[in-house]
Amino acid sequence: MLALQILIDGFAISALYGLGAVGFTLMFGVCGVLNLAHGGIMVIAALAGWWVAADYGAGPYGGAAIGVGVGVVASFVTYYAVIRPIQRSRAIPAVEQEIFILTGTLLWGIMLQVGLDYLFSNNPVTMQPLLTGVVRIAEVRVPQNEILIAVLCWSVIGLLSLLVNRTRIGKQILAASINPRALTLLGFELSNIYLVVWTIYGVLAGLAGVLLASFLGASADNAGALTASAFTIVILGGLGSVPGSLIAAYIVGYAETLTAYLIAPTLRPIPALIILVIVIYLRPQGLLGRR
Amino acid sequence: MTIGATWRGAAAILFGLVALAGVARPAAAEDKTPIKIGIIAEESALLGKSIIDGARLAVADINAKGGVNGHQLELVVYDDHSSAADAVRAYQRAVQEDHVSGVVSTFISEVYLALEPWAARLKMPTITAAAASNLITKQVHDDYDKFKYVFEGWLPAPIIAQAVCDSSRDLFVDMLHMKTAAMMSEDADWTTPLDAAQADCLPKAGLQVVDHERFNPDTTDFTPIFSKIEAAQPDVIITGIAHVGVQPTVQWHDQHVPIPMGGNSGQATNPEFWKTTNGAAGGVITQTGTVPGVALTPMTLSVADEFVKATGKFPAFTGFTSYDDVRVLAEAMQRAGSTDPDKVVAEMEKTDMVGTLGHYGFYGRGDTYTHAMRYGPKDVTGVFMQWQDGNQVCIWPRDKCPNPMKFPDFVKTPEQRAAN
Repeated sequence: MLALQILIDGFAISALYGLGAVGFTLMFGVCGVLNLAHGGIMVIAALAGWWVAADYGAGPYGGAAIGVGVGVVASFVTYYAVIRPIQRSRAIPAVEQEIFILTGTLLWGIMLQVGLDYLFSNNPVTMQPLLTGVVRIAEVRVPQNEILIAVLCWSVIGLLSLLVNRTRIGKQILAASINPRALTLLGFELSNIYLVVWTIYGVLAGLAGVLLASFLGASADNAGALTASAFTIVILGGLGSVPGSLIAAYIVGYAETLTAYLIAPTLRPIPALIILVIVIYLRPQGLLGRR
Repeated sequence: MTIGATWRGAAAILFGLVALAGVARPAAAEDKTPIKIGIIAEESALLGKSIIDGARLAVADINAKGGVNGHQLELVVYDDHSSAADAVRAYQRAVQEDHVSGVVSTFISEVYLALEPWAARLKMPTITAAAASNLITKQVHDDYDKFKYVFEGWLPAPIIAQAVCDSSRDLFVDMLHMKTAAMMSEDADWTTPLDAAQADCLPKAGLQVVDHERFNPDTTDFTPIFSKIEAAQPDVIITGIAHVGVQPTVQWHDQHVPIPMGGNSGQATNPEFWKTTNGAAGGVITQTGTVPGVALTPMTLSVADEFVKATGKFPAFTGFTSYDDVRVLAEAMQRAGSTDPDKVVAEMEKTDMVGTLGHYGFYGRGDTYTHAMRYGPKDVTGVFMQWQDGNQVCIWPRDKCPNPMKFPDFVKTPEQRAAN
């Protein structure tokens, strides 16, 4: 029974980690942007969704939809207000762009966190669950919402995979991640492709934030930890690799769940960090990394 | 005397008068200088915000009645972000640059413990609105002359534990016929003595402790913790949480954990808790200062009304403690006729004041919890409340709060379990 419980809980939490990290790694793989405001965007989506659901009676689905919408808006603001000015600046040498983007998104993430702290306080909030009630799976009591979250995460990841592999724009995104210069030479407008990636990223981060808030709760103070968690998973899986991130999400999710159940809940974050250190020593490019 | 000497004499007198006036004028102005009180708390945290709001109300009320010894009170508010380093910097600034005459501060024990040596070093009367670690008063007790400037404006953890055991005997053992309990606490300074005292007094109250889970305050997934507790089959979960609150409550509700939760849940004392948990708080029991509609003293309801008028909502319990803490400082200064720290401390020790939550006084030098708030039916006990249908309902002490308990359907009391 304990094994089944670990299996179920680990699966749900890993799916959520995976969803949160996929957008982060896609962004780096295609646009070369390590967005350190990632946690801030997840949290702003969660808090906005909670706010309209709680104060304006939007209901769990309305709140979730608005949360995802706010995630997309936050993503565009990050692109146009932080990333584009750095990329277009003539004062910043091309070789230093990445470090400026890192710094810029880090500061933007802090601004988001402090602003949300001010508006919503740092006490966590929870979105209404999309489904209420529990089901029993072989004596293990599982909230229906937890099952729905795992299904939703994998559905969205599946849709993303279809989009990238089966559609014209998806193939352009893939090409942009492999050889952006060649794509430009073929007459494609890279900035349009980047805009699509930022939209996809906004949807993924927004949805991850909303689902996280309905499963574990979210507060402005979580922003840094959420960025760190996505960063850990992406480094472990290999920067820019979507399958690598998914594998890493499950390694981290199950390592944490096993530790919490079998050793002590307090030690939950430790094994993921140990695994990360070992991977960085033995395989610095990550599990499926290519650069 | 020559004319020149006369002139010189007149000039000297004139100079003397001008000099005297020059000295006298600022002295007279200084007489009317406001007395500054420093408030150090985290503005973004709901418990911290209530500390600031409570202090503001108290200062407005005191100033409306003429201030302290003819001086108006003035608040200087510092945001410590619940960080010990920020709090210490704010404290140094408050005392050395802003020249405050007393400090009301933080609800977090770790932060208040960092301020304690500075209160001793800078000789500044300082009182916490809610920090509960017993180390705070232990230092005062062990080295009184050095740490006598430090006061605790709420109950220390071992006494909070006593209140938990007293209420558990009435509510869980006598009324619901429970026999076992699991303790579930965040790993923090205030819960170490709380857990030790509860482990000692719960069995005496009739609840055998069958499990004890301590967890990192950064924990977000409580499923493994509830799973372990459920495996031990306790009748009730006694919580010791304040850094966390929303997440364990919502997960307890969403996972239909069938065991009631009582004890201390700091965030559940906040009137917004129902909203932040989307109603998952239903059935949760916690100790708090007071709840809407309960008149613990003649002041409780009127101050609560003032809060609602000023801020639009009923405060967390730290709003009341902070209100009373400012009054304790102000009344001590009034009686001392001065802001001299030693005289103010001596008068604070004599505090015998009707506060918003009970009768205020502090334990003395010879008592175990020197300078902590006195506990007891004639002093302060706090109340235990339960969230019922969106309302904070007072359920203990039973003489003041005879309301029945009400749990959500998924929670099973021993009798309900036996009936199934």
